[in-house]
Amino acid sequence: MAELDFLTKRSSQVRRDILRMVHSCSSGHPGGSLGCADFFVALYGEIMHYDPKKFEMNGSNEDLFFLSNGHISPVWYSALARFGYFPIEELGTFRKIDSRLQGHPTTAEHLPGIRMASGSLGQGLSVAIGAALAKKLNNDDRIVYTLHGDGELQEGQIWEAAMYAPHHKVDNLIATIDFNNRQIDGDVEEVLSLGNLKAKWEAFGWKVLETDGNDMNTIVGTLKTAKAMTGKGTPIVIIMKTEMGKGVDFMMGSHKWHGVAPNDEQLADALSQLAETEGDY
Amino acid sequence: MSIHDLNSTEKKDTRSGFGDALHELGKEDERVVALCADLTGSLKMNAFADDFPDRFFQTGIAEANMMGMAAGLSIGNKIPFTGTFANFSTGRVYDQIRQSIAYSQKNVKICASHAGLTLGEDGATHQILEDIGLMRMLPNMTVINPCDYNQTFAATKAIKDFEGPVYLRFGRPSWPIFASKTSFEIGKAWKINDGKDVTIIATGHMVWYAVLAAKELEKLGITVDLLNIHTIKPIDEDAILTSVYKTGCVVTAEEHNRFGGLGEAVAQVTSTNHPVPQEFVAVNDSFGESGTPTDLLKKYGLDVSDIVKAAQKVVGRK
Repeated sequence: MAELDFLTKRSSQVRRDILRMVHSCSSGHPGGSLGCADFFVALYGEIMHYDPKKFEMNGSNEDLFFLSNGHISPVWYSALARFGYFPIEELGTFRKIDSRLQGHPTTAEHLPGIRMASGSLGQGLSVAIGAALAKKLNNDDRIVYTLHGDGELQEGQIWEAAMYAPHHKVDNLIATIDFNNRQIDGDVEEVLSLGNLKAKWEAFGWKVLETDGNDMNTIVGTLKTAKAMTGKGTPIVIIMKTEMGKGVDFMMGSHKWHGVAPNDEQLADALSQLAETEGDY
Repeated sequence: MSIHDLNSTEKKDTRSGFGDALHELGKEDERVVALCADLTGSLKMNAFADDFPDRFFQTGIAEANMMGMAAGLSIGNKIPFTGTFANFSTGRVYDQIRQSIAYSQKNVKICASHAGLTLGEDGATHQILEDIGLMRMLPNMTVINPCDYNQTFAATKAIKDFEGPVYLRFGRPSWPIFASKTSFEIGKAWKINDGKDVTIIATGHMVWYAVLAAKELEKLGITVDLLNIHTIKPIDEDAILTSVYKTGCVVTAEEHNRFGGLGEAVAQVTSTNHPVPQEFVAVNDSFGESGTPTDLLKKYGLDVSDIVKAAQKVVGRK
């Protein structure tokens, strides 16, 4: 395993990137991005097999990742840059004119690391199933990973896909739910409750793991456990508890920072809470 | 080639042209995969499903998931053909096609049967008359509406080797066969007849009616320059303009709403290059209803006589 210390330090830097990116363009989604920083660093730093310098759309003999809740693009862009897909300086172009770093991820700008546009919610799991089936046809034993918001599970297409994968034994697929109980209009529990989420996925035929997505050691361990469960006839879903706005005290505890950028003062306050471990872009 | 060479004696449904070609493609190219949302028989995909079970994906009645899966399969170098009714291939899954296929530039072939009024007795819920418009508006999308069994067969074969998303629209009824089964070029109109008085441009099932109309018009002393535009996007501007330069007027005929379809596509070409009077043989912004295909075409103004009248009218407007 990469040093735990390295991963946690990179998480801190990714969180700084996120805040500086959304501040610079005065828009974007810091809350969910901050909450998922540890997951992305674990995934790209420890779990997935890939070559960032030789990105190809078909991802042949590599693990693939699809971000279904595309609005947390800042954390993905930072992770892709920090793990070598494109120059870190490019993060400064986020959401600005002529940038490859569009508000929501896209293939249209040919940014290495991205294989599917996302933003309109609920579509990523279906795409991942298709990609996983293609791997099986190609005798490629690598794994397909996805991330979804918990609010996103209100979209019906998710459950079409959830029904399909176990029925057709798509067992090279690990989906993760960012379970922070926040969506734009309030708490998921109040807007439209997901009920017993674990029981729902189990009823659809998935193997379910639950984890703390803001503890690096725990999330790495859970992803490794999930990986060991692949190839056994069943898709796997991880219900990952996170804190929206994690790492910045005034951004935690509500849905307020789902899609709002900090002003100059708030940015300074936020950055003072996160160590600059690898140098800002 | 002229309308007098076209005397169809055989009839077949266009969807069988799709199904037969898909089966051949399955034999020819291992990259070809097919997905269907519980309409395998209706789409004539049984032969493919039977012979290539590993490359056939039954998604159940879940079209949104099917479109996403097709996009994902294309990432792994597969060439996915999706099959369901035109209504469920477009309106029902528009956002999935927009984001996961068109914007994401995925090599997915959206194959849609039972388009238009000629679906018949099932009625308006299933008779989509807006699909050409919906798909034309999507950047990166190619839109093809073949006219008979042969052309549907040839188009299905052709889109396999075309890189990019395609919407292939065909239908349910048994329909006269008169086109070539072998020569098909995406984006290139089929010039059916030379004439000097009026241009008639038709797509899909309406091409046969346009042939019949052209024969009647000739008896009335009006010669028809007849074009089959099977590829509505990208449209063959050269063929359209060459024809209207000569005739000075045009009739379009399509099994679609007058808004958004072939007629508007042609009008855009002529109005920006060489404006000419145009008459639209199309459904007049309404939904359909239950009935036999030919009764429906008659009631909704898409009969052979409607094309004849439109041609006489547009000639008078020159």
